[in-house]
Amino acid sequence: MNGIHDMGGMHGFGPVQRQANEPVFHHGWEGRVFAMRVVTPVPIPGGARNNIEVMEPLRYLRSSYYEKWLHARVKGLIDSGVLTAEELQAREALYRERPDTPVPRREDTERVQAVLANLRTHRSPRRDVNTQPKFGLGDPVRVRNLHPPGHTRLPRYVRGKPGVVVRFYGFQDVQDAQPPGVTVEPQAVYAVRFAASELWGDAAQVNSTVCIDMWESYLEPLEEQGK
Amino acid sequence: MSGTHHHDVHAGSDADMALRTQALESLLVEKGLITTDVIDAVVRTYEHDVGPLNGAKVVARAWTDAAYKQRLLADGTVAVAELGFSGAQGADIVVLENTPSVHNVVVCTLCSCYPWPVLGLPPAWYKSYAYRSRLVREPRTVLREFGLDLPEYIEVRVWDSNSDIRYMVLPERPTGTEHLREDALVPLVTRDAMIGTAVVRADGVSSSPVES
Repeated sequence: MNGIHDMGGMHGFGPVQRQANEPVFHHGWEGRVFAMRVVTPVPIPGGARNNIEVMEPLRYLRSSYYEKWLHARVKGLIDSGVLTAEELQAREALYRERPDTPVPRREDTERVQAVLANLRTHRSPRRDVNTQPKFGLGDPVRVRNLHPPGHTRLPRYVRGKPGVVVRFYGFQDVQDAQPPGVTVEPQAVYAVRFAASELWGDAAQVNSTVCIDMWESYLEPLEEQGK
Repeated sequence: MSGTHHHDVHAGSDADMALRTQALESLLVEKGLITTDVIDAVVRTYEHDVGPLNGAKVVARAWTDAAYKQRLLADGTVAVAELGFSGAQGADIVVLENTPSVHNVVVCTLCSCYPWPVLGLPPAWYKSYAYRSRLVREPRTVLREFGLDLPEYIEVRVWDSNSDIRYMVLPERPTGTEHLREDALVPLVTRDAMIGTAVVRADGVSSSPVES
């Protein structure tokens, strides 16, 4: 979707603000949100990123990073029927009115070890398929001018632009939202390099390039025109 | 929140967020979906154990062991796992080598993709709207704000991390460190150098001064 989250190339956000000695989490609740998002064994329908991307744009801009995570986790739990908005509101009201109410505690040492081991496990996104990649390293390609309404990994700033395939990352699941009932096979993923001048015209900075990963369906062969 | 349109555009205060987080945690514990000690352990792990020191060890090894460097550039995931680093947001790590003619720098314009097993969780600036919007369009200007003024003959190559690949930069080993052993090189390697917003200096002083 052409959402507010698709920020590459936008103007107006000012200088990059940095903080010395920045803590990993700025507030205790951020760490709890991070951990709940990572370990709660309930998949988020449509995906956590989609839940953030469909936030109303002004709300997206004004929400802090972990506020967005909390929003995505809560929406996912409500959408999957694990809890209701009313339940959560009632519990918030309880803690607001009686701040001393203890948060229930539960412990399970074996589960801690299992969760930490799971977090250290990597599951390769590369899939075994019986297909050959359509493009080879060095091939000139053009990004298709796609504007899907749902989640996509194709940012606006590269759409329609010509580039060159520089790396091949095997076949991976397509992350873009599909219409209900539609499944797509894993696709070849490539890193494609773009000259800054193709992306930004006269505003391009000297001797600079941008590389971005492209699923094969984002690309078409580049026809050399007018040469 | 309950499916109706929500027009309250004001971000919650930290007190509101803390309250909602507490409410959510209590419900998830009651429902048996999480345990308190798991949440505690995950927070502790990412506050103390998984951070840029991991990546610094990878870099120092690559600088001192040519065969390891070759493996690292060929298959980053397997090579960092040799040093014990693997897991969430690191399922497919690709290491980008800086050279005298190419400087790599990583961003995620769509969200906040970052190689957790080697760098930990990203700093706030990496997730900021300013960094996400600007780096792809004016990388030299952004790098100058970080204190890194690269000559024009060096190509600035920005990597926008939009798939499940997670990128880490292998910075150049600074001259003047030839006598140093692997252990002594580790503390010179900063987080920002592995994102690509800094270079490593022989005196260990960061080229991006805000960094601790």
